[in-house]
Amino acid sequence: MKQFDVIVIGGGHAGSEAAAASARKGAATALITLRADAIGVMSCNPAIGGLGKGHLVREIDALDGVMGLAADRAGIQYRLLNRRKGPAVQGPRTQADRKLYRLAMQSLLAAQPNLTVVEGEVVDLVQDGPRVVGVVLKDGSKIAARSVVLTAGTFLNGLIHIGNVKRPGGRMGDAPSLPLAERLAALELGRGRLKTGTPPRLDGKTIDWSRLETQDADDEPVVFSFLNKGPQVRQIACGITHTNERTHDIVRANLGLSAMYGGHIEGVGPRYCPSIEDKIVRFADKTSHQVFLEPEGLDDDTVYPNGISTSLPAEVQEEYVRSIAGLENVRILQPGYAIEYDYFDPRGLTAGLEVKAAPGLFFAGQINGTTGYEEAAAQGLIAGLNAAANALQQDVVRFSRSDSYMGVMVDDLITRGVTEPYRMFTSRAEFRLALRADNADQRLTAKGAEIGCVGPERLRVFSEKMDRLAVARDILESARFSSRDLLESGLRISNDGARRSGFELLAFGEGAQDAVEALLPEFSALDPETKTQIATDALYAQYLHRQQGDADLLRREEEAIIPRDFDYDAMSGLSNELTAKLKRILPENLAQAGRIEGMTPAALTLILAHLRKAKRARISA
Amino acid sequence: MDTIYALASARGKAGVAVLRISGPEAHRVVEILCGSVPPPRRAALRQLVWDGRVLDEALVLVFDAGASFTGEAVAELQVHGSVAVVQAVMRALGAQAGLRLAEAGEFTRRALENGCLDLAQVEGLADLIDSETEAQRRQALRVLSGAIGQRAELWRAKLVRAAALIEATIDFADEDVPVDVTPEVLGLIAEVEADLRLERAGSAAAERIRDGFEVAIVGPPNAGKSTLLNSLAGREAAITSEIAGTTRDVIEVRMEIAGLAVTLLDTAGLRETEDKVERIGIERAIARAQAADLRVFLMGDGEVVGLSPAGDDIVVQGKSDLGGAGVSGKTGQGIAELIALIGARLSSVTQGAGVITRERHRLAVERSIGAMESALHEIENGPQRAEFAAEALRRAVRGLESLVGRVDVENLLDEIFSSFCIGK
Repeated sequence: MKQFDVIVIGGGHAGSEAAAASARKGAATALITLRADAIGVMSCNPAIGGLGKGHLVREIDALDGVMGLAADRAGIQYRLLNRRKGPAVQGPRTQADRKLYRLAMQSLLAAQPNLTVVEGEVVDLVQDGPRVVGVVLKDGSKIAARSVVLTAGTFLNGLIHIGNVKRPGGRMGDAPSLPLAERLAALELGRGRLKTGTPPRLDGKTIDWSRLETQDADDEPVVFSFLNKGPQVRQIACGITHTNERTHDIVRANLGLSAMYGGHIEGVGPRYCPSIEDKIVRFADKTSHQVFLEPEGLDDDTVYPNGISTSLPAEVQEEYVRSIAGLENVRILQPGYAIEYDYFDPRGLTAGLEVKAAPGLFFAGQINGTTGYEEAAAQGLIAGLNAAANALQQDVVRFSRSDSYMGVMVDDLITRGVTEPYRMFTSRAEFRLALRADNADQRLTAKGAEIGCVGPERLRVFSEKMDRLAVARDILESARFSSRDLLESGLRISNDGARRSGFELLAFGEGAQDAVEALLPEFSALDPETKTQIATDALYAQYLHRQQGDADLLRREEEAIIPRDFDYDAMSGLSNELTAKLKRILPENLAQAGRIEGMTPAALTLILAHLRKAKRARISA
Repeated sequence: MDTIYALASARGKAGVAVLRISGPEAHRVVEILCGSVPPPRRAALRQLVWDGRVLDEALVLVFDAGASFTGEAVAELQVHGSVAVVQAVMRALGAQAGLRLAEAGEFTRRALENGCLDLAQVEGLADLIDSETEAQRRQALRVLSGAIGQRAELWRAKLVRAAALIEATIDFADEDVPVDVTPEVLGLIAEVEADLRLERAGSAAAERIRDGFEVAIVGPPNAGKSTLLNSLAGREAAITSEIAGTTRDVIEVRMEIAGLAVTLLDTAGLRETEDKVERIGIERAIARAQAADLRVFLMGDGEVVGLSPAGDDIVVQGKSDLGGAGVSGKTGQGIAELIALIGARLSSVTQGAGVITRERHRLAVERSIGAMESALHEIENGPQRAEFAAEALRRAVRGLESLVGRVDVENLLDEIFSSFCIGK
């Protein structure tokens, strides 16, 4: 029987990142997928990044992951979102050429040492007691592994709806993995049903582009990977059009035929990604909705009309699409559809995304109730690292709410569960000012080196950057200026007699960097990238200082580990309701316990007291 | 690590009240308030001075880190157990950099974290916490069922809306959301801020209603202050004699006037004196009278030295039994009128009473007002400072958590998704 340290099931965004991470950490890794040429397929919209999502991609990249690298090889329209706001809430995003992305991902994985791609369908898991120790393929062969990462996407009990027509399936054209779903049902994990949708795909040759406004790529593109400087392929523009009253009338008249509104769908869809039916019902007073026409590739005529996902019958789709300006004669290449799929309650997972009830089994991606390529990839990274750590008998790899969006996401998932497909937003991160896309490497690359998932090239680039920043910081800190010096340089600062360092001055917002450059020629002579980075660091420095207390407290609470077998029943003084919640969620540490709804400071103190007691009892025993 | 403080003894009037301070700044604060830090574990008498004012004379006790109840540097201030004194010292502590009021159970929590409780104490903690949570539950119920609940609901809704609008412009910048939410956000924050300012203004009165008012009787020696006090109290609480300067210490009598709890203070007569003991009494009289909510100036033959009537203070002629208008403790003449007058003055203060009755709430409101001010400032600085505005607003909401309950990111998202058609 073949044997690997880690098996990753699935070659989507979660699976690719998981397999690459596990292999980087040094585990002999197999990625099992139905078709090797489908690895890295973007099944929904052809774009990577965005607000919160772009942060995740940068974090993946900081840990030497593959998503940012693949996105940069495929990026055909870079746009930095919130460019006019502060760097903390700027999110890099790009349209991605589907084919280039897929090929990039496949070549990155092919070049990854320790990684073998196996074509096949996993139909079962091998268990030794509760522990998962391998998989069974459709041909009956078994592969043994110390850890198994399952990234099932929408393939678990997937059901595709187009109008009142429904059929089992994962993505369009792929068969679902029913036997595996049955196997997982036997694990008795909490499970629910979610829904997501896609718009019809259009033939770009039949769109009247001359009538449409366009949106160009940024003049100064901001790319994803810290290893890259600029776009690698030609940049294109997207078209913009709008729905109108007639479109809405058509949709409204046919609502009953929609799978969503015809009562065929039980899964919960995301509120931030509503179908055109949803938009028209919930925001009835809006007479027009924006539609982005996104080319799917440089040499591909397929266009993804972002904003009109639907589960109406194909003929109605054609009617309403053709009511939209510029799309009067459009040909639909593939109708839009809604897809329902199973997810498992992520509160059954550890912070390493390991299934509590089945040690050795890790979940990542839509199976955990999330949506989005970036969310899936970030989980894949975490699951892959931990699967490898488990196989190699190394420490669990944890991320904190105070160090990354990845930490925020995992904590949200395992502490609170999901009620709709979970998507990242910057507002989810309470340490948002510290967790920026621009400093993901400063936050995580050194940690990644400790974890053992960062290669030498990445480390070299990182330490050179850190050296440059240290030099800049030195120059800025060693010079101090009185308010009078500053007034002369044109910086508006109250004449309070304080002497400020160059670094402090950089925090004074607009015009500050010019003033500091005028005052400090030595700083002015540095490369623009370093100057911009340190100016950004300076801008947020005082806020970080203010948040440090909160971050320290969080870290201390995270260090107070609650053992899996902690006896909540033996504690007097906790309400029954709270005890029941704690027993269901089994928080891993005090910080997680504190975020359980209804938790009081007194109850936390009580838990802490019992932790201390148990610890002392163990020491004296 | 913050330094925390709290009243360690029960609230209300008592012989002694103990304030406990724990954390890295504990000893420095003692130095600021007392001028010097006594040697560890040795009680020392010190004057507590803040803002140029003597707050009280206190027994001060400090413990070094590693040799204290919490395991941190600790200071204990044993002050006179008067509500006014405790409030004054608490305010002085609250004004120190790096200090904040302790959360419920936080001293115990720190003791635990530093490994300073033994097994038996840990066992006993459950009961303690049980009672604490019960008390908290009752308090929360009280607060939430009354007027404060309704107002808090309103504030909460407005703050959620304001935060959601800003977050929408940040997180859905590439969507079809209205870009200029500024006027609505400014309006919402300004409304809540104005309400909170009113609450803060009324919080002192509300605290008084709960803890009682202090009314000091002051005046020159031998004006009949002690006789008046005894008459008001209906018992011989203070020694009276014809000898000027009989009263040396401050004498307190608790009574009810116009439905309000009032502590009457009889004080030493105010005059220039060479007598050392009398001078201490006079200093004390002045300090307590200044801290009191209302002063009744009982005029006699001599001048009043060191204190003059201000604001609502009442000025009456004493010993009216000897002729003339005024009051007389001896005959009861004018007493009913004086009581009515005191009642009226105190009641007028309570008109402005807010729903905030606790020091903890007052500090929370204070913090939030500060945060809202910076939010307003950042919003006016334009969209490029949106994340700073959002951060300030987040702090404002967090500050009010004890009043409005927790505002979660899910609340913001609910508001965003119900207001805007988000999603491409």
